[in-house]
Amino acid sequence: MPLFPKPAEGSWTEHYPDLGTGPVSYEDSISPDVYERERDAIFSRTWLNVGRVEQLPRVGSYFTKEIDAARTSIVVLRSSADEVRAFFNICRHRGNKLVWSDYPGEETSGVCRQFTCKYHGWRYNLEGQCTFVQQEEEFFDLDKQDYGLAPVQTEVWEGFVFVNLDPTNTTPLREYLGTFAKGLEGYPFHELTQVHRYRADVGSNWKLFIDAFTEFYHAPVLHAKQSVADQSQRLNTMGYEALAYELDGPHGMVSTWTGTGVPPKDMRHVKPIEQKARSGLFGPWDAPDLGLDELPPALNPAGHKAWGLDSFLFFPNFMVLIWKPNWVITYHYWPTSYNTHIFEGTCYFAPPKNARERLAQELAVVTFKEYALQDGNTLEATQSMLESRTPVKTFPLNDQEILLRHLHKTAQRYVSEHEQQDSRTPAAV
Amino acid sequence: MPTTLPAEFADLELFADWAIPTERARYAKRISSTMDELQAFYDAAFPRMDDALAYLEQFSMDAVPEDATHLLWLYCALMTASFPVEVWRQPRVPDSGASSFDAVLEPAI
Repeated sequence: MPLFPKPAEGSWTEHYPDLGTGPVSYEDSISPDVYERERDAIFSRTWLNVGRVEQLPRVGSYFTKEIDAARTSIVVLRSSADEVRAFFNICRHRGNKLVWSDYPGEETSGVCRQFTCKYHGWRYNLEGQCTFVQQEEEFFDLDKQDYGLAPVQTEVWEGFVFVNLDPTNTTPLREYLGTFAKGLEGYPFHELTQVHRYRADVGSNWKLFIDAFTEFYHAPVLHAKQSVADQSQRLNTMGYEALAYELDGPHGMVSTWTGTGVPPKDMRHVKPIEQKARSGLFGPWDAPDLGLDELPPALNPAGHKAWGLDSFLFFPNFMVLIWKPNWVITYHYWPTSYNTHIFEGTCYFAPPKNARERLAQELAVVTFKEYALQDGNTLEATQSMLESRTPVKTFPLNDQEILLRHLHKTAQRYVSEHEQQDSRTPAAV
Repeated sequence: MPTTLPAEFADLELFADWAIPTERARYAKRISSTMDELQAFYDAAFPRMDDALAYLEQFSMDAVPEDATHLLWLYCALMTASFPVEVWRQPRVPDSGASSFDAVLEPAI
């Protein structure tokens, strides 16, 4: 007997018949060849979130983003016209990386009036125009106007800065992000300016960590000890069921209840430190007032009173988690090879009014870290065994793992559609 | 040794080395501590937590005095140290092996 109602078809998965219900192969997560094809078909041509507007507070603010999966680096900045723009991070003279400090492979940020190449001193203004060429008279018919930085398509949704590295892309960001993004508009992301960011080098394919964070089937088992013993036993016996799952094009979401309530209904269900700090995994129990009289329509789609968290995956590698007590986490998964990626988890809170609130936020953040360390632990172990290509070839996914089925299918669809399109386009002569 | 915590919390001076400004360094101290050290810190700081919270609640974040900042850091460290004591019975998350999860950006206080 399910705890929460499922669609008329009997399961979330069968509600989306294209997904199928059979066991799946994980070949797409262990193959260098598949990864190279994903780089071209996915990371070089979909909208990618690279940060937030708060990282660019004034004209001349900039940060660089290394996007190894697309074999490139970009510089994102606030232009002299006060617009968020991005450029490929390459000097037009002889290809040196334009913006970096000390280590060319490391990201950097700051504020400046112009960019000067370290190699031969070519300069570019904040609109990307080339403004100075060292010994310009030595060149042959060179017009600086022809040597501006190569622009990257850049659009902002609710303060989140996205880029699309494909100059031929014709899909606007909002159209790409679809109904979930539309249904989140108006959420006060801009009020959540107290930021904690974590980073991890993970020894697994990028999709495996998304898998771990788009199902909570694992939660009562892998994270059992994070709860007090009674509660742990209770959760383990109940198992996990989501309030709702929804798919929209390449994107997906899972809506989750809190388990204990926020604040918990029964204090015996939470640890002593949580009782004292009035905070925990679901965030500080005393939610800040963000003037959010009504939730935006994309949140709590089941309209359940036990609602605690919605997790949105915006394909390919950006997740937004919106927690009931008015705070947010984002996840980014940046592939660095077929079996490695950089994971970034960022917590956003309303600025604490006093030191007590600051402490409550700290407990939420370090609790997130303890869970993430447990989640991260399993990934290398999974990757290495999948790579061993033991006789086990396919793996069953249950109804609470619908978003995994959808993610891998979507990635495969992008690759095959891109390759079909390529084969139809005659090669340039 | 100069006093670093507010006078009301003089009893915690023994543990003033936990008043560390960043999460990354607080976590590093946790995993390089023994369970006896973590338990001693928890046993001293946890019972004073209601007092500390009431004390910290007085200060808006743009006007936290230096000694109260140290108290805040010490209790941030208690958040980090609570996991081994209340949950894991060891300094590290079990089975965490070589995996890491490092703070790269956090608020100044």
